[in-house]
Amino acid sequence: MYEKNGEKYFVVDGHMHYWNAAPDNWVPGAEQYAKGWIECFHAYQGLGPPATHWTLEHFQKYSEDDLMKDVFEDGHVDVAVFQPTYLKEWYKEGFNTTERNAEMGEHHPGKFVYNTRFDPRDGDEGLEHLRRNVDRYGSTGVKLYTAEWNAGSRGYKLTDPAAYRFLEAAQALGIKNIHVHKGPTIWPLDKDAFDVADVDHAATDFPELNFIVEHVGLPRIEDFCFMATQEPNVYAGLAVVIGGLMHARPRFFAKVMGELLFWVGEDKMLFGSDYAIWEPKWQVEGFVDWEMPGGEEFTDYPRLTAEGKKKILGLNAAKLYGIEVPAEYQLKDGGTPGAQEVLAGQPEEHAVSGA
Amino acid sequence: MTSPATAGSLIRVLAALRGVRDPELDEPITSLGFVTSATVSSEGAAQVRLRLPTYFCAPNFAFLMVADAYDAVAALPGVRRTEVVLEDHFASDAINGGVAARAGFARSFDGEAVGELHELRADFLRKAIMAGTDQVCRPLLDAGADPAALLELTLGEVPPSAALERLRQRRAELGLPSADDAPLVIDPATGARVSAEAAPLHLRRARTTRISLESNGSICRGMLRRRYDVPGLGEEEP
Repeated sequence: MYEKNGEKYFVVDGHMHYWNAAPDNWVPGAEQYAKGWIECFHAYQGLGPPATHWTLEHFQKYSEDDLMKDVFEDGHVDVAVFQPTYLKEWYKEGFNTTERNAEMGEHHPGKFVYNTRFDPRDGDEGLEHLRRNVDRYGSTGVKLYTAEWNAGSRGYKLTDPAAYRFLEAAQALGIKNIHVHKGPTIWPLDKDAFDVADVDHAATDFPELNFIVEHVGLPRIEDFCFMATQEPNVYAGLAVVIGGLMHARPRFFAKVMGELLFWVGEDKMLFGSDYAIWEPKWQVEGFVDWEMPGGEEFTDYPRLTAEGKKKILGLNAAKLYGIEVPAEYQLKDGGTPGAQEVLAGQPEEHAVSGA
Repeated sequence: MTSPATAGSLIRVLAALRGVRDPELDEPITSLGFVTSATVSSEGAAQVRLRLPTYFCAPNFAFLMVADAYDAVAALPGVRRTEVVLEDHFASDAINGGVAARAGFARSFDGEAVGELHELRADFLRKAIMAGTDQVCRPLLDAGADPAALLELTLGEVPPSAALERLRQRRAELGLPSADDAPLVIDPATGARVSAEAAPLHLRRARTTRISLESNGSICRGMLRRRYDVPGLGEEEP
């Protein structure tokens, strides 16, 4: 929890990790990818405030104690959602798996939500694994990294028939939340791997599932916005938006926030620190202090109040994951956190300003 | 030692590279800082080294930049041999080898791609046109123009600016109307004039597209700076 100016914020970190990317975990023959991946992540950390930068060695492998201190003790987070990314072609034990996350989380009851994952290319064995993980860890969410390399394939779309089979199975197992993380590769490679059109189709075909698009579809924010505004069950995951822009490029941060508030709305935006890329402390504190700047470029963007920030920092995710929030952290006016509302993309119902 | 003739070639190579864009960001690879070095020998052998913000930047866009750089430099008078090398990228070998062999994308990524990148390029030109529409229209709107009045304007009636010139060029590249009598606001998918009814949403989307492209560009610049200490040839902030 975080308190500032008499306002109390219940914080759910909707996107964070516990990884091992040290050389001892690199797959022989794939070292360059394992190294390239973690160095790329480490460069992203460089977009945060200098005082929060880590050495590469520490960044490759941090301890349970580091995580508990950075996220909960210092970072103001009440509940954190583990989002696994396997990458077993590059990391022997996986980059950060459901198993590794849960093994650590079991020492800290009530602090974590264990999302799991699936890969539609894993067939029956993958389905069985999903079933086992849901059973064992009570997962109600999955993280899908569509650019994962798997047996010669460089990625998949949510509209692949195999993906639909997994989505159906996941729904039957009680999964509610699908976190979609796009990356730079896909099959076939001549298509735009970041395209979010497949999420649009899947969201329409699975109306009972929530689709949280991580890093708001970056680098396709515009496609994400135009899609999310028309799909009541599509949400914006703010990982990378706050971490990558708020400190490094504050004016672009304000514009991207303005666009998201306009197209998606504060009921459907979820904070995620992307720890250990960035620590939550500076992100939570900076976001609570943040205001839409003055000036012509920003005048017609919706404003964000303390109540809106409460939703984004925790109440929306709490709703999606059924996390209990103490009364003192609830919205004063009740509000509609996590609401499946359709916003501005329906021009016949909403006035859209041309300016 | 650099002879005057070689120095002249180098200037032409850099000018040619300024015409090569990152198709995703719609900015020259030079100003983005993607050109590590460029040399031309007295025998007319040009070598260009390129770099990108991350090891995992999308391979299709990376391929387009390397191939476009190759074409731009190889077409210069006095250049007899061209080599373009993308450094520090997971697909460097496939891209560098494929471009050098003039193999095209699908053959360079045998079995991983089914087609060439023309459609991808066209998709991103349409985005560039949307973003460019906002770049041209925003100053007019800020100066008090009525959105409806913008629909009546032709390209020739808009005060000249770099943004207008760029918008014209992108439209011409896609085969869309770009002459003085062409409407300022068109649908980049069809080239048709945008109706009054559709205009508010169209202009709103143009703005979002511009912010998306510019935000991506700012993240790419930030990442490149973390990765490399030394500025690229011709690098500049927008």
